[in-house]
Amino acid sequence: MSTETLPTGRPADQLRDGDKPAHAAPSAAARKAGGFAGWIDDRTSAAKPVNYLLRKVFPDHWSFMLGEIAMYSLIICLLTGALLTLWFIPSAGHTIYDGSYVPLRGQMMSEAYASTLNISFDVKGGLIIRQIHHWAALMFIVGLTVHMFRVFFTGAFRKPRELNWVLGTILALLAIVEGFAGYSLPDDLLSGTGIRAMEGFVQTAPVIGSYLAYAIFGGPFPGEMIIPRLYSAHVLLIPAILVGLFIAHITLVAVHKHTQFPGPGKTNDNVVGYRVMPVYAAKAGGFFFIVFGVIALISALFTINPIWAYGPYDPSPVTAGSQPDWYMGFADGALRLLPGWLEFSFLGFTLSLNIALGALVLLPLVYTVLGVYPFVERWITGDEREHHLLDRPRNNPTRTGIGMAAIVAYSVFMFAAGNDIIAIKLGMSINDITWAFRIGLFVLPPIAFWVTKRICLSLQRHDRELALHSRESGRIIRGADGSFHERHDALTDRERWILVQHEPVAPLQLTPEYDENGVARPAARKDRLRAKLSHWFFKDAVNPVTPAELAAAHHDGHHAEALEASDHDAIEQGADTDSTGLSSGSPVRD
Amino acid sequence: MNEQDSPTTGGEVTPTGEFGSGAVRLDQGHVVGDGGIPERFENPGFGPHIHRGTDLDEVAAKRAERIVGGLFLLSIVGTLAFVVAYFAIDKHSTVFIPGIGQTNALHTALGLSMAATLLGIGLGAVQWAKTLMPDEEEVEMRHPMRSADEDRSKFVEILGDGAESAHLTRRPLIKYTLGGALGLFAVPVVLPLIGGLGPLPEDDLSVSFWNGHKEEDGSYPNKPMRLMRDPQNTPIKASDVTIGSVFHVMPEGLLDLEHHILEEKAKAAVLLMRLDPDDIKSQKEKDWGHQGIVAYSKICTHVGCPVGLYEQQTHHLLCPCHQSTFDVTQDCKVIFGPAKRPLPQLPITVDDEGYLISKGPFKEAVGPSFWERGSA
Repeated sequence: MSTETLPTGRPADQLRDGDKPAHAAPSAAARKAGGFAGWIDDRTSAAKPVNYLLRKVFPDHWSFMLGEIAMYSLIICLLTGALLTLWFIPSAGHTIYDGSYVPLRGQMMSEAYASTLNISFDVKGGLIIRQIHHWAALMFIVGLTVHMFRVFFTGAFRKPRELNWVLGTILALLAIVEGFAGYSLPDDLLSGTGIRAMEGFVQTAPVIGSYLAYAIFGGPFPGEMIIPRLYSAHVLLIPAILVGLFIAHITLVAVHKHTQFPGPGKTNDNVVGYRVMPVYAAKAGGFFFIVFGVIALISALFTINPIWAYGPYDPSPVTAGSQPDWYMGFADGALRLLPGWLEFSFLGFTLSLNIALGALVLLPLVYTVLGVYPFVERWITGDEREHHLLDRPRNNPTRTGIGMAAIVAYSVFMFAAGNDIIAIKLGMSINDITWAFRIGLFVLPPIAFWVTKRICLSLQRHDRELALHSRESGRIIRGADGSFHERHDALTDRERWILVQHEPVAPLQLTPEYDENGVARPAARKDRLRAKLSHWFFKDAVNPVTPAELAAAHHDGHHAEALEASDHDAIEQGADTDSTGLSSGSPVRD
Repeated sequence: MNEQDSPTTGGEVTPTGEFGSGAVRLDQGHVVGDGGIPERFENPGFGPHIHRGTDLDEVAAKRAERIVGGLFLLSIVGTLAFVVAYFAIDKHSTVFIPGIGQTNALHTALGLSMAATLLGIGLGAVQWAKTLMPDEEEVEMRHPMRSADEDRSKFVEILGDGAESAHLTRRPLIKYTLGGALGLFAVPVVLPLIGGLGPLPEDDLSVSFWNGHKEEDGSYPNKPMRLMRDPQNTPIKASDVTIGSVFHVMPEGLLDLEHHILEEKAKAAVLLMRLDPDDIKSQKEKDWGHQGIVAYSKICTHVGCPVGLYEQQTHHLLCPCHQSTFDVTQDCKVIFGPAKRPLPQLPITVDDEGYLISKGPFKEAVGPSFWERGSA
């Protein structure tokens, strides 16, 4: 891609000449650096692509940093993880602890646990590395989740970015698997209980469950194979895939050029922002250090996963308040909500849907639904064009509503994983809380959808109102004839543009079931469903103010935007009848 | 902007109006409608650039420079502090931090100085970018992702020509044998992987240490065993078990194992409780117990966590992992939560010396469900 965007037809040497500033003689240091770069370029011809990358323009918005947080947290995890491998012993072999943490001295434990204690107490600076590693992992998943929200709610996943959305979905799924493998490694009582539950999940897989469990654990639970196997997955297999997919993800971002929010001068055909050199080199480079620094600060002050407090793993004791890391909470919560009657026995076989649904089905299901969403939305809207301008979330109320409903459903699952903690903290019955979550799972997402959609529609109507009648100034003017009216401050073209820039939308039209010759079209059924969904998606659409509507509003509201209260309703009606895009028909009021 | 007026081609599902027609050009997307009023607003273009204080005022620029320099200096100081802390602070010394409590002094000092090192660089660089680096936005044009048509057809042509010139289409023998070979080549890698992962479970999940050692013919002795306190590894006299008390129990011999102790514990752990026999509502529970002393598997029938919490007053057992609640007075049936099956009961009695012993093993598989558990 990179070569295409540069002017064509120029010989390469001429292009290289242009890269050197002709006006200023290079300093000695620059000549030295240039000499080194020249040595590299002689062997790689890297100058052209590197120049292209350094001149690349990125748009500026705070929400574009969310993905950066995830990216930098991943890098911090890789750095600190490499250090931890120097001391961690991935073995379930038994040893007697003789390190400096007195309460556990003399206890039988696995080498994995003993070496984690060693990192925490006897390696100087080991604890801070371990804490940064864990906090950065949590930050990674928080960052990518919120980044995903941003991409979803602004419609950044639309063509041509659907593939990158799918890559991101896979990255998100791998990240939580990686996280689970990581926090299971120390083999403390808490993480061991997590592995115990995982073994239980695997065992419930229909038909092959027990075989699968024995294959994963190399025999009966817990065995001595699971720690080295999780270690291999955690430090080699998953990180290799994560980094590979991540590079593809970021390369596609560069190929597509970053999306931007709408605004004056910003179009679907341009990118408005700052160049990598020097602004983004400093901003993004600096931001890496800020993320790293904040994680170091948190790690210095707040202990996460104090494995020494849990003791070594033993399958018979347990601690109350056994919660996984937050990103596994939704699956754990689902297990707490699923009722026991979902386990069935027939012909001597047992099918445990009360476990399999939450533990084996939910996780892939959630990420599959996420991954296919762009394709479903594209089918419903019939929109095949490239989109580089982001939607303001209010301008796509149905999508925003779907997103909020999904977040609420996810949150119900996640908070359900803390039902015991909530019961203790609030002094309530855990049974009542669990029932509240069970009911909430079905009731709250539709409510969230409806409320969000109504809020979006209201905001859109407010935008229309503002675009048509400008801002109320609060200044009341008395006319020569004794009438009163309020002065409205005019919007500038640029202020109005934000409110009116988005495209009018309408549902797909239903095609005739029979063609001109009266022959039934085979695709009619599918089209009917599609038209129905499209109607559902767009039926309440509030479309942007058009110049004609604005002109009508101005025409009726003469006296240089000073609108009389009595005139006002008439203007509204005038605007409504003019606007064919306003399908809702509800009058816009002050 | 009349959606109804826009032409729709018959027989196709066509988006109405502007929607779906060609590339989006929001800046040029308007069509002149009735009365000379454009259908859409026109993009007003960039506003005037507003200069920053540092662009206009050398004093402000100087101040920004000093702030950036100060932040970089903070980073250097942080690094020095890190080195000093690393060597000067004993790794076991503690310090009290208000709001956080007693904490390891070296850990805190290293973390804080490291944060200063990193934040100094990061904040300095960002401050530099925001105050002194160019802030006039620049414009780069986009190009459609789609390659030129000739490139696309060229690609198809190259592939076709390649297959043709390699005789792929003309010599089906090569095509099919190659397909077969490629389809099968993973087998030598995958087979050892699958074959070597672990042993088959056989009846392993359905038996426990309480069954005794497996005989040569595959049967189990199922002999009585003493119930031993865990971790003291001492036998339990029935008279020691008072009403309301609960014991953590392992079969005799398990705690003396050299190997596989955790694997055995994971299936054999038992909770021993004594209830008032009048409180027990299940006749089978009474029969398998001894004067109100009952023994139940500690491994939850949901996903296998130990059922850790015994409520003495209500005789409820609660699993802390997913809150399955079992009622000991009703043969440990599930009264709340996601588990389906009751905890398996271990039949017990007393031996000649008055110690509690098992009458036999568990009559069903303990722990989480699995497909063939009922058939064992």
